[in-house]
Amino acid sequence: MSLDKNQIAKRIAQELKDGYYVNLGIGIPTLVANYVPESIHVTFQSENGLLGIGPFPTPDKVEADLINAGKQTVTFTDGASFFDSATSFAMIRGGHVDLTILGAFEVSEEGDIASWKVPGKLIKGMGGAMDLVASAKNIIVAMQHSNKGQSKILKKCTLPLTGVKCVKKIVTDLAVLEVVNGAFKLLERAPGVSVEEIKQSTEGKLIVEGEIPEMKI
Amino acid sequence: MNKVVKNAEEAIKGIASNMTVMFGGFGLCGIPENAIRVLSKTNINRLVCISNNCGIDDFGLGLMLQNKQIRKMVASYVGENAEFERQMLSGELEVELMPQGTLAERIRAGGAGIPAFFVPAGYGTEVAIGKEEREFNGKMHILEHALTADFAVVKAWKGDTHGNLIYRYTASNFNNMMAMAGKITIAEVEELVPAGQLDPNTIHTPGIFVQRIFQGVDYEKRIEKITTSNPK
Repeated sequence: MSLDKNQIAKRIAQELKDGYYVNLGIGIPTLVANYVPESIHVTFQSENGLLGIGPFPTPDKVEADLINAGKQTVTFTDGASFFDSATSFAMIRGGHVDLTILGAFEVSEEGDIASWKVPGKLIKGMGGAMDLVASAKNIIVAMQHSNKGQSKILKKCTLPLTGVKCVKKIVTDLAVLEVVNGAFKLLERAPGVSVEEIKQSTEGKLIVEGEIPEMKI
Repeated sequence: MNKVVKNAEEAIKGIASNMTVMFGGFGLCGIPENAIRVLSKTNINRLVCISNNCGIDDFGLGLMLQNKQIRKMVASYVGENAEFERQMLSGELEVELMPQGTLAERIRAGGAGIPAFFVPAGYGTEVAIGKEEREFNGKMHILEHALTADFAVVKAWKGDTHGNLIYRYTASNFNNMMAMAGKITIAEVEELVPAGQLDPNTIHTPGIFVQRIFQGVDYEKRIEKITTSNPK
């Protein structure tokens, strides 16, 4: 069975380490915050100017002045801080954020990512995604392995790029992949999904070494 | 040194067609809604607007877009606005999109007297087209230039008669840098107090960057995506 969005988020949450500062993109990455292991402390950064994102507010605690990068109302945790956008991107560009988790339309075997524009369709803009992928120490992409039978794990991205040679790890509905030396190394497969199925859904070069374990969700 | 003007009408005096104007805010959070409301009722048009976003169809900069007052938009993210999309696709509106951190830093640099700088964001993408590229510490960067404006219009939570400003929660966003980058900076605040009433330790934007300040009225502070959790 391929993973649903929450299971992808749950698997990515296993990559979090105690003390990490983490930026979560919009979509599946936002769900990762729901699965932080209780034994560790992770601080979430929102690029619009908040370090220490808390849960969504109860209806009586909604504040127009307090939103996340997806423009949703949020709360803040103990020890949080607020700052302007230049300071926020100093954190990101300066390499102070340990991990960036974001979504993508496509990734390539070189670690390129396309996530912001589909020519001819709606162009919304890149927001902070290009800054994040260009400077994060570690980048994990959360995405669907393929779309209507078309692989999104490619030799070369077909859509306009967000960044080049930056993606380190990818968690899809089918597999956990690591980008190594111009190829996707298969690390884990979704429960019940065969290596053969993953091969068929992967257009880019796939490295399969030895027995591939199932993800523990 | 009294920078106080009576209201938004008085504050926007001098803003004219074809000028470049910065507007603070992220989404609808921390936008100068009084100044935008008043500007949208004028005949000023063909503006170049620099703002992270362009409001929504019926609020924020979306109001000025509806009136076709904006010739060019410089932004990082422009989703959630159907009229924007229509004008962009029809070619009525010129759009320059760039990474959010690059936009923020270009504005900060403009205010700080730094004409240009190198950043890694956008290298290898269409953002880098036509820009000088250079390697630093083994990593490729592209040259980005500072942004300034004829007017910067910002919004703060509290301000004093000297133009000192304090923002609330995530409403600082682009306001703090834009205040530095405007030849004339207009600040609207929810609460205006005499100089000396704000604790100098807590000032975010020092008054030197602000030329005009007024207390706004009827703040709607609309929220784009009210997202809540269940009370326990």
